[in-house]
Amino acid sequence: MSEYRIQGASGEWEVVIGLEVHAQVTTNAKLFSGAATAFGAEPNTQVSLVDAAMPGMLPVPNMECIRQAVRTGMAIDAQINKWSRFDRKNYFYADLPQGYQISQLYHPLVGEGAIEISLDEKNPDGPTKSIGVERIHVEQDAGKLMHDQHPTRSYVDLNRSGVALMEIVSRPDMRSPAEAGAYLRKLRAILRYVGSCDGNMEEGSMRADVNVSVRKPGDEFGTRTETKNVNSVRFVMAAIEYEAKRQVAVLEDGGKIVQETRLFNVESGTTRSMRSKEDAHDYRYFPDPDLLPLELTDAFLEECRASLPELPDAKRRRYEALGLTAYNAGVLTAEVETARWFDGLLDALEGTSAKPAQAANWVAAELFGALNRLGKDITESPVSPAQAAELLALVADGTLSGSLSKQVFEIMLETGDGPSKIVEERGLKQTSDTGAIEAVIAEVLEKNPNQLGQYRAGKEALFGFFVGQTMKAMGGKANPAVVNDLLKKALAG
Amino acid sequence: MTDLTTFGIAAIRDGVRDGQFKAREVAEAFNAKVAGADALNAFLVKTPEHALAAADAADAARAAGETLKPLAGVPIGMKDLFATKGVATTAASKILEGFVPPYESTVSQNLWNAGAGMLGKLNLDQFAMGSSNETSAFGNVVSPWRRPNDTAPLAPGGSSGGSSTAVSAGLAPGATGTDTGGSIRQPAAFTGISGIKPTYGRCSRWGTIAFASSLDQAGPMARDVRDCAIMLEAMAGFDAKDATSLKLDVPNWEAALSTDLKGKKVGVPKEYRVDGMPAEIEALWQQGIDWLRDAGAEIVEVSLPHTKYALPAYYIIAPAEASSNLARYDGVRYGLRDLPEGAGLQDMYAATRAAGFGDEVKRRILIGTYVLSAGFYDAYYTQAQKVRTLIARDFERAFGECDVLLTPTAPSAAFALGEKQADPLAMYLNDVFTVPASLAGLPAMSVPGGLDKDGLPLGLQIIGKPLDEQGVLNAGLAIEQRAGFTARPQAWW
Repeated sequence: MSEYRIQGASGEWEVVIGLEVHAQVTTNAKLFSGAATAFGAEPNTQVSLVDAAMPGMLPVPNMECIRQAVRTGMAIDAQINKWSRFDRKNYFYADLPQGYQISQLYHPLVGEGAIEISLDEKNPDGPTKSIGVERIHVEQDAGKLMHDQHPTRSYVDLNRSGVALMEIVSRPDMRSPAEAGAYLRKLRAILRYVGSCDGNMEEGSMRADVNVSVRKPGDEFGTRTETKNVNSVRFVMAAIEYEAKRQVAVLEDGGKIVQETRLFNVESGTTRSMRSKEDAHDYRYFPDPDLLPLELTDAFLEECRASLPELPDAKRRRYEALGLTAYNAGVLTAEVETARWFDGLLDALEGTSAKPAQAANWVAAELFGALNRLGKDITESPVSPAQAAELLALVADGTLSGSLSKQVFEIMLETGDGPSKIVEERGLKQTSDTGAIEAVIAEVLEKNPNQLGQYRAGKEALFGFFVGQTMKAMGGKANPAVVNDLLKKALAG
Repeated sequence: MTDLTTFGIAAIRDGVRDGQFKAREVAEAFNAKVAGADALNAFLVKTPEHALAAADAADAARAAGETLKPLAGVPIGMKDLFATKGVATTAASKILEGFVPPYESTVSQNLWNAGAGMLGKLNLDQFAMGSSNETSAFGNVVSPWRRPNDTAPLAPGGSSGGSSTAVSAGLAPGATGTDTGGSIRQPAAFTGISGIKPTYGRCSRWGTIAFASSLDQAGPMARDVRDCAIMLEAMAGFDAKDATSLKLDVPNWEAALSTDLKGKKVGVPKEYRVDGMPAEIEALWQQGIDWLRDAGAEIVEVSLPHTKYALPAYYIIAPAEASSNLARYDGVRYGLRDLPEGAGLQDMYAATRAAGFGDEVKRRILIGTYVLSAGFYDAYYTQAQKVRTLIARDFERAFGECDVLLTPTAPSAAFALGEKQADPLAMYLNDVFTVPASLAGLPAMSVPGGLDKDGLPLGLQIIGKPLDEQGVLNAGLAIEQRAGFTARPQAWW
């Protein structure tokens, strides 16, 4: 990742990026009501009296949401505030039944932390950059408005109203679309490892407000714009690129950047103004008098910490220590499901002679290739870690050759059977039986007198020909090392 | 035959239990009283069948030899701020006209669980904002009290004016009230009955239409201190649905009633001697001091130096919270909807709220919106919260020197309806003695002490330490016994 610069008529411009990521907390119930949170339910079927803001209804914090936010904070080494408080953000809109959103402005649950990104994602051991996280606070999501259901009316679906979000606010530490992409992917991986958010951007459980400004390298920060609710890594990168170029064009034309909220258009890849600072709401934040300050006990924090899984960076370093290449270690830890699968494989390989590095190569090449071909992700893999371990062990102990193992793997994918069963039933076992191999070799030499003559006359390149013929005659089941040995002897006459 | 409506809660409970009369007879007697008192306008909804059903259940339980519930056979009035399932609940506002909650407030449910029945829903100042009942959208309640030879209608106090009138006029042996800045104590004082606001958090706020969440607290209004104790025991208790509810057992206040104040210290705060206080109130206060000394208490003068800032702080904090709490009345989901021809969402909000809220409610929403606005927040809201902290500290210090405080409840006896309507500030001054205890969340009660020169009741206020309702009730009972207050309004309605 070399320095990202926008070339303008007046020279180079640097882009400054900060991201506010809204991540839906993975829980069964909303932040302040008992209502369910499943995605895709019929409209207005997951709405409690509290979510609908009926008179006299009161919010009660769902401690599981708090716990998940605390664990997320711990995963990025952030300061956890044992005392935090909920504030009301007041505004009128049809998707907000209470007339206010319960959020945390003044005293967030989680303070300063950081996320380390690789500047070259192909080489995780290469240069990295720490992106500051200013805070993580917990807040309610709003409902959903549908404007396309009726010619003159809008429909309101309150299923999402009151669902718990973590707002993860970065420092303006990113300097290119690629860095922003890497940050989002890393954050997403951490959230998914921790289990605090499923990171599913298509379903809206993770979305980003993108703050962009441009400046001449070394200058003070420029005026920023905020592009709201961008819902994929690709779109975030596209929005930054468009917005940075737009700002440079405005500035070079002698214009000024207006601090404003913008919207990203997915089709055109452009942003447009939504509202400027002048007509921004006065949200009249104040502490929610329905809720007491949130005070966390040491026992609660200890439980949160104890329940944290091994995180991507630690896992990657462990894999590298097991002999994996940095690249493989990076690939296998990028997604929590992959890492979980590979951990299962490593466990199943215990006590076999197969090496983790070989296993990693096999996963990266064979398994990923097959899954790609089948259009499945790793959680849907037809081959379990235990079956894969069995296959790798059969290769490692010489039962299967490389090419036989590929055959067996294909059959495993088709039938779901274990490798031992396949080898047994189909007689695919590699043979090291010297008697049988010698008999075949004798036959091969007899059938190919010309080649034999040439070889013995010094054309040693024909060795491969004899190996091929022998293997073919053996149906591919001969142990290649044994074949080599015996052939050399036989050819020597 | 005895008029059963002359009996209070304890007498009814004991009479039903001992078989002196049937609960049904009690309910019928009160239902008849209610039906004949329309001129007082105390009830917004009458529910005679509810009272009868509860009475029949009590009679059946007794016939079956079961142990009777604590309020078996006792019919009460329910302030129309408590949501009652299947019974219209309006907070005396047009904006909730026709709203029938599909849920029951915790406090009312607690009362029904204790065997009480409901005579009807009681009128109040709109959204509990007012001190005279004149802000009700359904016409003001008229006090059953009159000055001698004068038919001018008097204020029943507010906001629990329907409750005070119902109890004082013998339409109900007890009624629920809510107190945000004095809404139980001031109307109790105006009508010669007793009422207690418990420690903030004793009674659940769930299902009670919110005015100012950090101050709102339910409590009983009844003919005497014992009845208040009985009723409060039924109303109070931890509720997981209210995050500010106190997780404490409800003491057996009635059983521990005692008028022996030996060893107790009664504090008399010098700052409550305000300019222009009528001599009669001054004299009654002195009388109260003498009564408590007579009961064995030691009298000490104490100082609450920040008292004069309480009222301004209250009239910032309460409207601030109200402006946000009342945002949910937007015409979208329930209650009034005013959708002018061709109107958009914002127009509908404006039209609905303009038509639905009364002037006093609008005034407080405007004040609250103003004090929370950007640029004014620190000067008003933050400052008011600091004052609140100082006031709480004043009390804490004073309670280092005494066990309870004795003050007048209100700076005057009941005024004539219409007298203060044009001057909101004069109206707000009614709360001057009651607001400090509300800001500090302390238990406080008003008991009748005597009559003024016009024959109108005057009340004395006892303020206790946090959670010391017992100390408050005991001091109240000591005054009650010595005051011998038996005056009742002559029925003119």
